[in-house]
Amino acid sequence: MAILVKSTAGGQAVRRPAFRRGNGDRVFRLLATAAGITLLAIMAAIAVFLVAEAIPALRANTANFLTELTWQPNAAEPVFGIGALAFGTLLSSFLALVMATPVAVGVALFISHYAPRRLAVVLGYVVDLLAAVPSVVYGLWGATFLVPFIVEPSRFLNRYLGWIPLFGGDTVVGRSMFTASIVLAIMILPIIAAISREVFLQVPRAHEEAALALGATRWEMIKMVVLPFGRPGVISAAMLGLGRAMGETIAVALIFPATFTVSFQILGPTGNSIAANIANGFGEATDLGRGALIASGLVLFLITLAVNMAARLIVARRAAYARAVA
Amino acid sequence: MSAPMPTGLRPVPAVRRAKDRFVQALVCLAFVLAIIPLLAVLWMVVRNGLARFDLEFFTHSMRGIGARDAGGGAYHAIVGTLEQVLLTSLISVPIGLFTAIYLVEYGAGGRLARIVGFFVDVMTGIPSVVAGLFILAFWILALGMPFSGFAGALALSILMIPVVVRSSEEMLRLVPRDLREAAYALGVPKWRTIVRVVLPTALPGLVTGVMLAVARVAGETAPLLLTVFFTDSINHDPFHGPQMGLPLFVFDQAGRPSDTAIDRAWTGALTLILIVMLLNLVARAIAWWRSPAKRGS
Repeated sequence: MAILVKSTAGGQAVRRPAFRRGNGDRVFRLLATAAGITLLAIMAAIAVFLVAEAIPALRANTANFLTELTWQPNAAEPVFGIGALAFGTLLSSFLALVMATPVAVGVALFISHYAPRRLAVVLGYVVDLLAAVPSVVYGLWGATFLVPFIVEPSRFLNRYLGWIPLFGGDTVVGRSMFTASIVLAIMILPIIAAISREVFLQVPRAHEEAALALGATRWEMIKMVVLPFGRPGVISAAMLGLGRAMGETIAVALIFPATFTVSFQILGPTGNSIAANIANGFGEATDLGRGALIASGLVLFLITLAVNMAARLIVARRAAYARAVA
Repeated sequence: MSAPMPTGLRPVPAVRRAKDRFVQALVCLAFVLAIIPLLAVLWMVVRNGLARFDLEFFTHSMRGIGARDAGGGAYHAIVGTLEQVLLTSLISVPIGLFTAIYLVEYGAGGRLARIVGFFVDVMTGIPSVVAGLFILAFWILALGMPFSGFAGALALSILMIPVVVRSSEEMLRLVPRDLREAAYALGVPKWRTIVRVVLPTALPGLVTGVMLAVARVAGETAPLLLTVFFTDSINHDPFHGPQMGLPLFVFDQAGRPSDTAIDRAWTGALTLILIVMLLNLVARAIAWWRSPAKRGS
């Protein structure tokens, strides 16, 4: 670093000591501030234009937008509502979260506390790379491989665990809420695992060693030191994953049967989400239909915004906590 | 942990040892459970993608090729993706980098900087489909512009800017305070310090961050669907008329009910993954190549 100062800045400054004190600084500051303000303007514009384009469609709507289940904005008498779509979005993301979080925490613990050091570095990279696989690829895999594959396990669940309402119902199909949730779980797993790993690695070494010195086994050390320290981080990681799952479009658009019903029987032929409906319905949407889709996007925007902000708040609290500990 | 203890200490009771082993097995199981579907996806993409990984795929478009016909290719989609991603970078990198410079060098600690920083976080969480809807509402419906590759680039920029800001900010903060102060002491104005000292020092990190951001947006489908629309023909001009993108190509072909279309979708997916992975690996190689130098000083 010391060499760098001499060769670039220092060398330059010594050779040409007298900089002209022109407008350079002011222009640069202006540019930087303008970029920051542009960002705020974009956020404001997103809210404004989504609302502006949604209003005509909402005015023409003959049903209650928040409670109506069907989606027929292209009809002569438009009837559409967010009910079934919002339900599908929340249920599928929640199921994905329930499936992904325990496994992701296991993966994070494996990388941070169980795997040998060298292997852990490589595995960390692998998890990061998997997080970069485009969603359309997961969708393609889900639609061509998982949908036919899942039918047998689904039948099994339905036969033996059918007394649980979630797995009940008379028809069991491949393109179900269950399948979409599995794909979502696979997609958000690397993100949750990556953030949890970071948090687990930040646990003060002294705490861990203190627990071990008192005779704790590795699991007892993790239970008493690592998990309590990492809990807020894991929670926020899970919420960021939840935000991802709710906004996920293409993968589930290829899997959901695109129905507009509310059913907790996740193995049956129902399921849809706000994002999937936008992707599937955009092609044949009329002007009013587009407005309706934009209105549904606005709802999605608000839901994910709330989830993400909650996650950030937890992280912010945690950072303060970490500083206090250090 | 369960190694024989020195004399005077009792060994760990069997129940606790068993519990420890049990959890270890669970954690390993979780890892295997996670890695299986992820590797299965990659394996299937490679296996199925190789079927059409031929010259025609990379030199022909889908013009005049029906859903059930064999042949055809993704040249139009690859060209579209490259142009859209290039335009996206041209928009996002300056805005993102300057915002990061503002956050680190000018605004530091100020009220505006805190607000901007908060909204960068919020922006990171915007679902990609909402970014597409926004450009649809703003650029195409409100301003009356046509579907085009450029509209797609605008939508992708919304997703890319916050990622660039976050990674650049982190890199700029890593530049030692001493370097800046040494430059100031020599009478170098702040902006020249930033341009000649701070940015060159942070350059490898900045490049890595930008490439990871590019890799992320290159695979986005939903915003393109709403802003670029579809076409089966080659359109080299990203400013006029519908274009195609590689993720869009995969989505389009996957939705067509024939084996030949599914084959094209797999090959498209393979190409897309290769591009994204290549970007990732190069970005990490730059970061890795740079890190020993950092440790050395």
